[in-house]
Amino acid sequence: MKNSVQRLGNIAIVGLKAISRNKLRSFLTMLGMVIGVGCVIVVVAIGNGASQSIQSTINSLGTNFIMVFPGATTASGARLFTGNSTLTPEDGDAIRSEAPDVSYVSPQVRTAAQVIAGELNWGTSVVGVSTDYPLIRAWNTAQGDFFTDADVKSATKVAVLGNTVAENLFPSGDAVGQTIRIKNVPFKVVGVLEKKGGNMMGQDQDDTILAPYTTIMKRLSGKTRIDMLYVSARSADSVQAAQNEIDSILRQRHRIGPGQDADFQMRSQEEIAAASASQMNTLKMLLLMVAAVSLLIGGIGIMNIMLVSVTERTREIGIRMAIGAKGRHVLLQFLFEAITISVVGGLIGVLAGVGFSKLVAMKAGWPIVVSIESILLAFGVAGFVGIFFGFYPARKASRLDPIDALRYE
Amino acid sequence: MAEPVIEIRGLTKVYQMGEVEVRALAGVDLIIDPGEFVAVMGPSGSGKSTLMNIVGCLDRPTSGIYKLDGQDVSQLNRDQRAVVRNAKIGFVFQSFNLLARTSAIENVELPLLYGETGWTRAQRDDAARRALSRVGLAGREGHYPSQLSGGQQQRVAIARALVTDPAILLADEPTGNLDSRTSEEIMGIFQELNDAGKTVVLITHEPDIAQHAKRIVHVRDGLIQQDERIPQHRVERKGIAPPVQPVAQERS
Repeated sequence: MKNSVQRLGNIAIVGLKAISRNKLRSFLTMLGMVIGVGCVIVVVAIGNGASQSIQSTINSLGTNFIMVFPGATTASGARLFTGNSTLTPEDGDAIRSEAPDVSYVSPQVRTAAQVIAGELNWGTSVVGVSTDYPLIRAWNTAQGDFFTDADVKSATKVAVLGNTVAENLFPSGDAVGQTIRIKNVPFKVVGVLEKKGGNMMGQDQDDTILAPYTTIMKRLSGKTRIDMLYVSARSADSVQAAQNEIDSILRQRHRIGPGQDADFQMRSQEEIAAASASQMNTLKMLLLMVAAVSLLIGGIGIMNIMLVSVTERTREIGIRMAIGAKGRHVLLQFLFEAITISVVGGLIGVLAGVGFSKLVAMKAGWPIVVSIESILLAFGVAGFVGIFFGFYPARKASRLDPIDALRYE
Repeated sequence: MAEPVIEIRGLTKVYQMGEVEVRALAGVDLIIDPGEFVAVMGPSGSGKSTLMNIVGCLDRPTSGIYKLDGQDVSQLNRDQRAVVRNAKIGFVFQSFNLLARTSAIENVELPLLYGETGWTRAQRDDAARRALSRVGLAGREGHYPSQLSGGQQQRVAIARALVTDPAILLADEPTGNLDSRTSEEIMGIFQELNDAGKTVVLITHEPDIAQHAKRIVHVRDGLIQQDERIPQHRVERKGIAPPVQPVAQERS
């Protein structure tokens, strides 16, 4: 037993020496593995980071929220989305007062405008909402206060600025109490919102102005319909119940019988999360496939080099056999070489992959999550590739006839 | 008389070359006793190489008996022959056949890595050093083949053949790639080893070289044509090799 361990050790020494005799070639062969393994780790790290940041962005949208959009209408038998909204502020009021599982409701009307403050101006979107909006979005003011129900009721010309707007219009930071002009209508700034950052699409959520929806509808857009409703369910468990209640209330108000197509649509936070997760998975699978292909190519590279190496070292194999190497010894030596090359390549690949991930995280500011699983997987695959692609050349070497091998020039 | 080291009886080897059968050996009988120094001579195509391959356990005879050091090795399989080669035969080739980019001592240690006996690193190192000093290369352990002359390379090869203390040294045209002065040196080493009791079988087609042996076996058309004992042409000692000391094998 001790002997066979020692002899296996001897074969390992022989293999290691063969690798070190051909440093450049061994390194080039390893490179395939390094790139393959590094690729897997970076790709998985970026994929994980992206999906984590998307999940946290979705969570930042608010809590247990449901978005109600206007949908297609049936006019004279033709079903189409006319662009005219089917939702009214009264729909929102009805949901808020009649649906037991709904805690907050805010209509939303949006209009784009060039906003002027003194000498400065800034193009942004002006969003009309109710006082429930900051509660649904979990979005507080950093300075001043949000507007009040009284402001909504009387369509007061007040505005709450997003952080980006405030910075652009009032660089000195004294926005609250000032007056801004939106489409030539003067609005008094009552508050500045907390910074919220980018959303899923990468849009700056802070580049916005919030005002009472009544004010926007009456003073700016003249619309009587709203773009959408933000609804918040009482709890995560009551999202489905809230959706059912909203559905029946809106059907009743819009006189749509059960079984008929509704003229509105709903999206819950969970649905958005699930949809984006499945998108992320598709992306991750795609990237993993690319990485798997590069591992495969690395493996084929190893096999190629090992085959060349067997041919090139035919004489060496002959010498080894003449002085007493059995077929098994030669097989093990070449297999050991292949495995060592791929595993060492894998190790370097892990280091390179982790290092590159950190570099990307630092330089590009991407969220990167290096997972232990991907390291183990890539490493395991590297070892497997070594055995798999090293076996054929090794067996070829071990089956050489010593007489022919010695005569080989 | 002790048991012969090599006992060959009725040895034949037939190669199938397509449709044609080629009888490379047509029934060879050959007895070599311990301590002999035999030169096998013959023109190319005589069956000399085939005989050497069989004697060296690289190949198997088609029929006949071959006993090496008392063991019938004529019907052994590949792996069994590898074991026999490792333990009983020390090969010296025409083109030295050292591993490139591998130091002299590592080349000499090579057979010990494949042996059935487990050698520790220190034992391997020690045995290789002693084999190298026996061929006059003490102090050149770390040299690479590319840093050594042809004669020195061949001496490394002889050290490698010696390191396992084999029953025979089998030298196939060992001076074929060397100039005449170096050839003399190499033959001198073989003579010294033979003086110390090592059985040497030399395959050559050069009569001058064969004169260094004590017995010449002429092979022709797959048969032994002539088997003669000759007065040995001694190489003058030039102090190349240190005094001969038998390699005591310290195997654990």
